Amino acid sequence: MGEKLLMKGNEVIAEAALRAGCRCYFGYPITPQTEIAHYFAQKMPQVGGTFIQAESEIAAINMVYGAAGAGARVMTSSSSPGISLKQEGISYISGAELPAVIVNIVRCGPGLGGILPAQCDYFQAVKGGGHGDYKMVVLAPSSVQELYELTVEAFNIADRYRILTMIMGDGILGQMMETVEFKDEEEIIKVDKDWATTGTEMKRDHNTITSIYINPEVLEKHNLKLQAKYRKIEENEVRVETYNCEGADIIVAAYGTVARIVKNVIKMAEKEGIKVGLIRPITLWPFPVAAFEKYSEVPKAFLSVELNAGQMVEDVRLAVNGKRPVYFHGRMGGMLPTQKEILDKIKEIVKGD
Amino acid sequence: MAVVFKRPHALRDVPMHYCPGCTHGIIHRLIAEVLDELDIEGKTIGVSPVGCTYNNYEYFNCDMQQAAHGRAPAVATGIKRVHPDKVVFTYQGDGDLAAIGTAEIVHAATRGEKITTIFVNNAIYGMTSGQMAPTTLINQVTTTTPYGRKPELHGYPIKVCELLSTLEGAVFVERVSMHDIKNIMNAKKAIKKAFQVQIAGKGFSIVEVLSTCPTNWGKSPDEALKWLKDNMIPMYPLGNFKGKDLEV
Repeated sequence: MGEKLLMKGNEVIAEAALRAGCRCYFGYPITPQTEIAHYFAQKMPQVGGTFIQAESEIAAINMVYGAAGAGARVMTSSSSPGISLKQEGISYISGAELPAVIVNIVRCGPGLGGILPAQCDYFQAVKGGGHGDYKMVVLAPSSVQELYELTVEAFNIADRYRILTMIMGDGILGQMMETVEFKDEEEIIKVDKDWATTGTEMKRDHNTITSIYINPEVLEKHNLKLQAKYRKIEENEVRVETYNCEGADIIVAAYGTVARIVKNVIKMAEKEGIKVGLIRPITLWPFPVAAFEKYSEVPKAFLSVELNAGQMVEDVRLAVNGKRPVYFHGRMGGMLPTQKEILDKIKEIVKGD
Repeated sequence: MAVVFKRPHALRDVPMHYCPGCTHGIIHRLIAEVLDELDIEGKTIGVSPVGCTYNNYEYFNCDMQQAAHGRAPAVATGIKRVHPDKVVFTYQGDGDLAAIGTAEIVHAATRGEKITTIFVNNAIYGMTSGQMAPTTLINQVTTTTPYGRKPELHGYPIKVCELLSTLEGAVFVERVSMHDIKNIMNAKKAIKKAFQVQIAGKGFSIVEVLSTCPTNWGKSPDEALKWLKDNMIPMYPLGNFKGKDLEV
């Protein structure tokens, strides 16, 4: 392994992107992720890359469209209200099958909401916040180390499938400083982007990037092709951590920083004689359905703990498919659940039957 | 036998879908002739808009990207920053550029992006069937101004060349017209110069082309050309606003 540094989550995202070969960043300032832009503004000129502070989130995501279509590894980042503005571009990028990476350091909503951590954009990310039948790969790191590794991986996934890949964190993860150990060399997949608009040089037919297909038969075919790609990603790209699940009385589902709180709760519960397991989806899409199926005979129940009004819990219910009850506990507005409050909820469920 | 007139190489040999009398086809040809004459087809990447010309990527032989409504200058920015040695142009209508895409065009010009914009102003939304455009004239009847455009209700026509001329990053700004042969030849000169300005790395260049929409204006092609001359030119004076003497 290479150098070990103490770094802020947001800066690690930018550093990881540079290490992954990203030389184009387009963004617009919004709390709590702006350090990503600061880092790129400083580093891009040193490596001959492009940093543009765009006039809006909408312009930034469309610059991503252009750069991705031109064959570059490209990224943008924002936080919830800004991600809403980018939805038009997200849909177009998905329709045109362009590889790119987008970061959402989620803050609380709705509306301007607040700047504190939340997970209230789960639906928007995994169910499609923009129009049309499309999917993004959504990665949910829970530590600064994982932010680094998953950001590098996001570029590989994007290139491998020609798909938009989202890193979804929250204000805690973005603002937190932790040690991160960088590799000496990244594993970067090389793909031939022979579809990109790089100029024909009069040596080939022209390449065109588009998301419009006026002929309904052609458009349905295009949609079926997208869906086939999504099924392939569901087969190959699921990432999940299962922790303490063998022989557990109850299994908690949590992602990102909440999963870290739950790991402490597991220790507390152990002392009270309750065995709690954790299923931590690392890919929110594709959702780790098989992990839930595997443990669907857990004696008591499932509990989804989230920083929202109950979003991932719907996917947990779909995965558990009625075999066990699925409960929910959430906090909103930038409030975090305490370990005791989660433990109390677990005890209430375990004793409740 | 000597060939005196042929399809420019940069224009693909496919039928166009435009209405009879529409001048988009002529403007496409002028761009293609310029790409041929400057020998830049192989290093040019164009950006198609939303509107009647949404699929003009099928008509040009150079690489093309299709952009969301109004976002072509942002898409072109992304392309140009990845390939600074290539030639990048956008083709946009008045709804695309002067309404929904106002921020993108103003800021691409502000940054002095080394791209060229061909801005086609026909004072109406064509594809969505004749609604008011930002450039619709006072008293002009459209499907969303059935009693005519009234300043007190709908505001005034926007003059894009005059507006962008105030920006330092916009170095070549010219308005031309499609209403007769002489003006079509002038338009080609302006388009050529706009591309040359980009190649010379001077900054942002734009050519506004006054154009017709016989279908939605409810006029014959001939009447439409006359209407353009008599009504649009007084509101949108022709000529160079900036960069006439730029050395390229």
